Parts: sequence; C-alpha cells; structure tokens
Amino acid sequence: MKEIFEIRWHGRGGQGAKTAALLFGDAALSTGKYIQAFPEYGPERMGAPVQSFDRLSDKPITIHSGITNPDIVVVLDPTLMKTIDVTDGLPDDGYLLINTHKSPEEIRKEFNIKGKKIATCDAYKISEETIGKKIPNTPMLGALIKVTGILDLNQMLKDTEKKMKKKFTGRPEIVKGNLESIKMAYEEVKQE
Amino acid sequence: MEKIIMAKTGNESMAEAMRQINPDVVAAYPITPATEVVQIFSSFVADGLVDTELVLAESEHSALSACVGAAAAGGRVMTSTASQGLALMHEVLFIAAGLRLPIVICEVNRSLSGPINIHCDHSDTMASRDSGWIQIYSENSQEAYDNTIQAMKIAEKAFLPAIVSVDAFIISHSMERLEVLPDNEVQKFIGEHKKPYDLLDVDNPITLGGLDLQDFFFEHKRGEIEAMKEAKPIIIEVGKEYGEKFGTTYGFFEEYMMEDADFAIIALGSTAGTTKVVVDSLRKKGMKVGLFKIRVFRPFPFEEIKKALEHIKVIAVLDRVDGMSSFGSPVFHEIRSCLYESETKPVITNYIYGLGGRDIFPKEIEGVYKELEEIAEKGKVKNLINYLGVRE
Repeated sequence: MKEIFEIRWHGRGGQGAKTAALLFGDAALSTGKYIQAFPEYGPERMGAPVQSFDRLSDKPITIHSGITNPDIVVVLDPTLMKTIDVTDGLPDDGYLLINTHKSPEEIRKEFNIKGKKIATCDAYKISEETIGKKIPNTPMLGALIKVTGILDLNQMLKDTEKKMKKKFTGRPEIVKGNLESIKMAYEEVKQE
Repeated sequence: MEKIIMAKTGNESMAEAMRQINPDVVAAYPITPATEVVQIFSSFVADGLVDTELVLAESEHSALSACVGAAAAGGRVMTSTASQGLALMHEVLFIAAGLRLPIVICEVNRSLSGPINIHCDHSDTMASRDSGWIQIYSENSQEAYDNTIQAMKIAEKAFLPAIVSVDAFIISHSMERLEVLPDNEVQKFIGEHKKPYDLLDVDNPITLGGLDLQDFFFEHKRGEIEAMKEAKPIIIEVGKEYGEKFGTTYGFFEEYMMEDADFAIIALGSTAGTTKVVVDSLRKKGMKVGLFKIRVFRPFPFEEIKKALEHIKVIAVLDRVDGMSSFGSPVFHEIRSCLYESETKPVITNYIYGLGGRDIFPKEIEGVYKELEEIAEKGKVKNLINYLGVRE
C-alpha cells in the first residue's frame, strides 16, 4: 500500500456516499489503520451529485487538504458518468470502480477511457436481491475491498454487522441483507 | 490504562469529552457546523448518561446568559457554538470573563457573514480574542477531545472562561482515529469544581454583576488582566499532568522540526497538520524548514514565543482571517510585536489564506517556504502582507 491510500466516492444525494466512506473508514480503523473519512459539504439535496472521501494509512495522517488525486474512484450512480468527469485527477494506474450492469470493456469503450484500471459491479441488482431496495453503497464496499485488497472481507463484515446492529436495533433482516450484499458484490465484481 | 480507539468526527469528539466531563448545566442554541455537538450531547441527556440540566435557549445570547447564571451559582458549565452564534454571544463573553466564570465553549471555527458562508476560517474566534477568554485551537479530532477536557480544568483553576475550537468541516465533520480515555479517568483528572463562594451562604453574602463605576471598575479589570497572566502556568501544569497521565503533553505551542530551522511557518488548527507534511518533504530535500503551531492564543505566551522563534531567519505567519486594513492579521501582529524585542529580529511575513473554507494544499505551503528562502537569499521582502490561494 502507498503511504496514504486515497478514495473518492461519487454518488447522488441520498445514495449513501457519505455513509459508505464512513463505514469503510471505520472498518479500516478496526484493522489498526489510521483513517480519515469526510464528505464534501455543499448544497445538499436528494439526487444532486455528491462526493465523499477516505484516507487510509499505517501511520498517523496529518494532512487536512481535500483529495484531488485519489488512488481509486468509486461511482455509486452510473448516470453520473454522463454529467461529470469522474476520472478527474485519477492517475493512469488508478482504479475506477463503477456500479453498473455493464462490463469494464463496455464502459471503457462507451466513455472512451484511456489508461486506468476499470472494475464494474451491478450493485443495484445485488441490493435489490439482498436488501430489497436500490441501495448501492454497502455492496460497493464489498467490490471495493476485492478490487483494492486493502481490507479483509471478514473484518469488513464483522465491523459492518456491529455498526448496523446498533443503527437497526430490532430489524435483523436489514443487517443480514446488507452483509449478504457485501459478500455477493465481493464475488461478482468484474475486473479487466 | 486502556484507551478505547474509535472513529469520530471533531464534533463527536468534543461531545464525547462533554459526556465524560458531565457538566451540571449545558445551555445552547444550534448553529452549523457546531449543531451536532449539542445534538449528540442531548442524546446523552435523554439516555441518562449524564446528570446535566440541558437548557435549550432561544438564541446564543440567551444560551451564554444562561451559562453565566449557572456558572455564577457554582455549576460546572459548558456550551457549543460557531460563527454568528459566537458573534451573538459577544456581549455576554465579556460578562462571563469579567465575572470570572469558568465556562467552556466547544467552538467550531466558521467564517462570519456576509456574504453567507458556513465553512472554515478563524474570523469568529479572532473577533473575540480580547474578550478575556482563554483560547485553545485544535489541529484534529484528538486534540479537540484532549483540549476540551483540559480546558475544563484550566478554566476552573484560573476562574476564567475558555474556548476550545476546531476548524469547520475540515475537522468538525471529518472522521478520524480517536483515543478515548476511560470515563472515571477523565473525572479524576478534572477533579471536583471548587467554588470560591456560595451564593446561598447568607453569612458571607457577595455581589455579582453589580454596578462598578469610576471608583473600582479599573481595579477589577486590572485583576482580570492579572488572572489571564496567572492562567499561563496553570495551562502548562494541566498540559503536563495530562501528558504524565495519558501520554500526550500539551503546551502553549508545538514545535515541529524547529530546532535547527532557518525558515518557519506559523499556523493554527488543521493547516498545521498539512504543513507538517510539507516540512517532512522539504526536509528530505535538505531545506531547513519547521512548523510552529500555536495552540494557546489567549493568554498570548509572548515571552515563550519570542524565545522559541529568535533563532529563525525568516518566518511566515499563516492567518485564516483578515484584519480588514489593520497592518496584517491578528496572529501576525502578535508575533511581530513580540519579536520586536528580540535582538535577532527575524524577518516576518504574513499570508492570509483559506477564508470561507478555501482549501489550502501542500503545494501552496511549499511555495511559501520557497518564498521565505528567496527572502533570505535576496535579503529583501517583496510583500509583507500576502494573500494565498485567492483569484486577484
């Protein structure tokens, strides 16, 4: 791993881009890493493009500037690809992980992307099957750890379970569905 | 002692410290980006985790006024605010300090309107710098937590109110690794609040907030000024004790690679952390650079700062606030003023940056160090007052 590994999440207001960044940061913390997780604050409204960020390191992180050159970009909503340049600042060897039913090759061709490593995962389908709703953020966590190898799957599952049990007391089916979605995405993510 | 490792934002960290302090009274009014502090704390009240009387006031002016009343009655009192909220408290800030009431404000540094902006700069606390409150700035969530606990003890020992601040969003809403102390250790550390008087002691009646005209007002103010000076050894003592017990010692400032530095940047808050990254990278290239992070801005430790900076050749003061036609900005003023007494008289320049949350990047900070080197080479300062990261 680089000294500081940086992630940028793209989503639409209400899709859980902030929650995904916080969950991922928290899970990384429980593996002993130093972390930062923060959303971009602006006019927040349902459906508007939003961003959130993670920093992970084995050493204390003192930098507090925004993230402009992430190592990986995660796109929670595929329609964002048409309106904003999600590859902005992403280096040539960086990862682009997109929630879509299309394959990495199709995405590369459709958006004429040169360089970068593309991975895709149908998080809408997975979340509908496991959670019963189109919530792409938790499945994308599974895809993210598969693609980057940065965290252990079981650790992520354990940590998410702990956090969700607290948030959804008395609704074990929600917790179970979310955990299932992470596992499924981990297995189904497609890489070039 | 086992510390608990958690992922917390700056606001959550301060709320956690408040829970462990378990104040008698919290009176507050919500304002972005500090709302969460009391929102989280109110859930502690609702869950019965604290014994606090929570007063939800109709404005910040009323909130701090309620704090003044509660503190005057001998309570351990806290609140939280930001920006316009602190501005609306302004009148009451002087009353709290003048009455020597040890209230602690968990403050989130946000710009003052107008135009309206919710993001970070230091214009709010800097506008309150001469109100008689102790001011402690925090670099990250951990410091926000540690500083809140220490501020309560410092305030109650010095009989002065204290503000602990964090940068809006950059820290207040950014989740970081936080080491939390056991509840009982925090209680042991802050100890019991010893009141200097009892309002209900009819045998020894006292007056608070009475009319105080030409005959005595000046003497009472003089006493308050002395109390600010006397707070200095208290701050050092509390910071040292915190280190002995919990591992991190705190002082007036933090010196990062300053010992043999020729060029130094002075910063407060989160930018100090970003500057450390630049110092590390320039040191690898052989540049003798350092960072001087001011933690305690009030009382201003001028003797200590003078001693610590005398050996530096060229200094840049990064101010996240503008003095609006004063000669440079507040931190620059004070640094330049205290170094006027030094024999070596380092060259000092001012960079005003980050107003309204404008981000500052390592590249820009590196540029400042390069300019300091250039000043040393040419022996000439191009501009004493500079603006960093603004379109002109």
